[in-house]
Amino acid sequence: MTEQTPPSLLEVDGLTVQVATPAGAQTVVDGLSFRLARGKTLCIAGESGSGKSMTALSLMQLLPKPTARVTAGTARLAGRDILALPEAEMRRVRGRHIGMIFQEPMTSLNPVLSIGRQLGDAIIAHGAGSEKETRRRALELLDQVQIPEPERRLSQYPHELSGGMRQRVVIAMALAQNPEILIADEPTTALDVTVQAQILALIRKLQADRGISVILITHDMGVVAEMADDVLVMQHGRMVERSPVDVIFSAPREEYTRRLLAAVPRLGEMKGTLQPKRVLARPAEACPARQEDGPLVEVENLTVRFDIKGGILQRAVRRVHAVEGIYFTIRRGETLSLVGESGCGKSTTGKALLNLIPWQGNIRVAGRSTKGLRPTAMRPILRDVQMIFQDPYASLDPRMRVGDLVAEPLVIHGLAKGSELTDRVAYLFRRVGLSPEQMRRYPHEFSGGQRQRICIARALSLSPKLIVADESVAALDVSIQAQVLDLLQDIQDETGISYLFISHDMAVVEQISHRVAVMYMGRFVEMGTRAQIFENPQHPYTRKLMQAVPVADPSRPRRAFVEKAEDLPSPIHPLGYVPPRQEARDIGGGHLVWETLRA
Amino acid sequence: MLAYIARRLIQTVLILLGISLVTFVLLYLVPADPARQIAGRSATAATVENIRQQLGLNLPFHEQYLRYLSGLLNGDLGRSYLQRTEVSTLIASRLPASLLLMAGAILCELLFGLTMGVIAALKRGTRTDDTLMIASFIGVSAPQFVIGILLLYVFAVQLGWFPIGGYGTFAHLVLPSITLGFLGAGWYARMMRSSLIDVLRQDYIRTARATGMSRTKVLLGHALPNAILPIIAMIGIDIGLFMSGIVVVESVFGWPGIGQLAWQAIQRVDIPIIMGVTLVSACAIVLGNLIADLITPLIDPRIKLR
Repeated sequence: MTEQTPPSLLEVDGLTVQVATPAGAQTVVDGLSFRLARGKTLCIAGESGSGKSMTALSLMQLLPKPTARVTAGTARLAGRDILALPEAEMRRVRGRHIGMIFQEPMTSLNPVLSIGRQLGDAIIAHGAGSEKETRRRALELLDQVQIPEPERRLSQYPHELSGGMRQRVVIAMALAQNPEILIADEPTTALDVTVQAQILALIRKLQADRGISVILITHDMGVVAEMADDVLVMQHGRMVERSPVDVIFSAPREEYTRRLLAAVPRLGEMKGTLQPKRVLARPAEACPARQEDGPLVEVENLTVRFDIKGGILQRAVRRVHAVEGIYFTIRRGETLSLVGESGCGKSTTGKALLNLIPWQGNIRVAGRSTKGLRPTAMRPILRDVQMIFQDPYASLDPRMRVGDLVAEPLVIHGLAKGSELTDRVAYLFRRVGLSPEQMRRYPHEFSGGQRQRICIARALSLSPKLIVADESVAALDVSIQAQVLDLLQDIQDETGISYLFISHDMAVVEQISHRVAVMYMGRFVEMGTRAQIFENPQHPYTRKLMQAVPVADPSRPRRAFVEKAEDLPSPIHPLGYVPPRQEARDIGGGHLVWETLRA
Repeated sequence: MLAYIARRLIQTVLILLGISLVTFVLLYLVPADPARQIAGRSATAATVENIRQQLGLNLPFHEQYLRYLSGLLNGDLGRSYLQRTEVSTLIASRLPASLLLMAGAILCELLFGLTMGVIAALKRGTRTDDTLMIASFIGVSAPQFVIGILLLYVFAVQLGWFPIGGYGTFAHLVLPSITLGFLGAGWYARMMRSSLIDVLRQDYIRTARATGMSRTKVLLGHALPNAILPIIAMIGIDIGLFMSGIVVVESVFGWPGIGQLAWQAIQRVDIPIIMGVTLVSACAIVLGNLIADLITPLIDPRIKLR
């Protein structure tokens, strides 16, 4: 770009990173060049494997040695090439000139050291300071990153803080020595949307206050639109396009950028439609909810509580109220989405449907009650209800061939054997868009999206009537996510299967759902058709969730900084706790909004 | 915390009951006759029978066990058949020596094992790493009496740096401690290496490095407290290994501890002493594990004892 840019703070030229693999060196970053202007935010966007994290780590000389190394290129910071600095000098660049925050707040703090100790060590990383001065500075930093009660936090440990609070601590550590550059590697990917909005606003505020430059690495085009001044799109280690943020969104030059943007689900894009996205795209095959034989799943007053044990005799001392008395039905051929933030009880609800955890209340699947069924008695019901999990990497046994994994449910239920079994598995592979030749391979030979297809094939093998999809696309890149969502909807169009779609992602939920239930603290706060929830949200929590979703539109005014950081209240209560009574109010057309009754 | 300790102590009592029963059964089944041992070879059958009557060895098994148990509950470990002394007195006089030896051995284990493990982890994949791991493997696999005798030959006989055997000064303690700690040092080196390699790969180490902290500080202040956790659990188990180790080591070095006491008692079928030493060992193992479990939460705040 040859525009009138302010002098660059960091100039990267021809950065090349190679990773040693059994098949020889593989280039993961290939001749990348960019300029970072003072006080500006550069977003590096791309899907997994694009080399964006490797770029960030190489700038800090923190690449995992000895497998990955910089093989060419320079990165000039104040005239010095920081890629060529010896470790002792590089150490002085880290923290002082470049601070870094990471993706996973749950693992990026040391579990056995107190917050005060870790923050203190970051403050005095280069030379000592008096204990009193360090403490004063630590409190000041915690205050700047908007952590409530900073005094108390100093003596707390990471596991006592929520993900959002931990990420704030990591930010405080990165800023401890007033660096000029902050590198943030997917800083909000692991966080809930409302927390994400807080953290992004915090980074913007800190940047404005201190005039630092930010390199923000993200896969989320919504985050890009909220944060960037300049955008660098990467694919397979190479730069695809580099433009100011408004140009990227309004007039992307490259085909890849256009595809990336097209795959992003946008909240509100479905306004005025009644059917899920895919159904609309092919109206001829539209499959309205069939209602002739009553609802497929009926859940009444479902309550799940876990005891926390303690004392000499290991009796229950406190109780986690995971799910508190929810009612819902799922009709045949319908997708009901449960949406809410982590800890709201949505996954617990899904597990209760499969009898994977003890629960109270009533659940009927196709008219049969599953209450108190032993595993053997539950088996025929499990033919009708299957589950797909969030992490396609962890939910497939790495030592089994994928064909056997898909065949396993059929074998367990004694439904097929021999050549019939092989044929069924081959059919399922084709059905989910994989080739039957791949049946003899192992899970590690597949990409994340392919693995999730294998999980879907496995869930489909019993021809279930309901699939519980627990955050099933959350771990996938947007383009892959769009394909998997299409696949799920195609299968629904074809077979009339129902989904209980559990997700934290409002935009995805909007695309796939017939009906939506918003969960908060183990309860429904609002339930209705997709249009009712997304076009006329009534409950304050639903509105808060929707406002927090980053919008892939840089022309929209960026949200103002939220003054106070907040955590979700705890669902752990003393034994005698009686939750406040809530009642649903129908505001028209089956659109339910729950209100707490005052006793 | 107190509730936790109380529950663990109740468990300990049950464990000791079980161990006393098993040991008693085994000793009952041993085809040696304590009465004959006490009476000596030249004694008449009548004398032997008389001694048997006196000691209650003619009673059925369950009565013998109940008699022993009721004594035990009153804090009475019984009297030695041959030494004609209270077992508790014998053990009390021998225990300090054994505890001293164990303390020395733990020190050796930690000193050698942890150092080797840390160096190997930091230099992983190099020749230093290979050498240290071979050394630790030898430590794990070499029998203690061989190591003991080798150390004696080189350092006591040939070089004359340490006394050949006996008890009393610091110099006496060195060789037996090293011998007893050799096995554990090998284990610790291997565990420390893999534990530290694992910890050094964690995200929080990267976070610490990203602040520009020195390598030494990252290692000592941030990595080691995490890497040491599995080792602490190991120390508890180690006490059990020591209990078998001291029988050998104390015999090789003529160390007047309970290992030697047990060895002599076994040769003479002195059942009360064998029972006493076994119970004391069991206590030590259970206590060792309890202490390890109590130390862990001091280092790892995520662990709460309930």
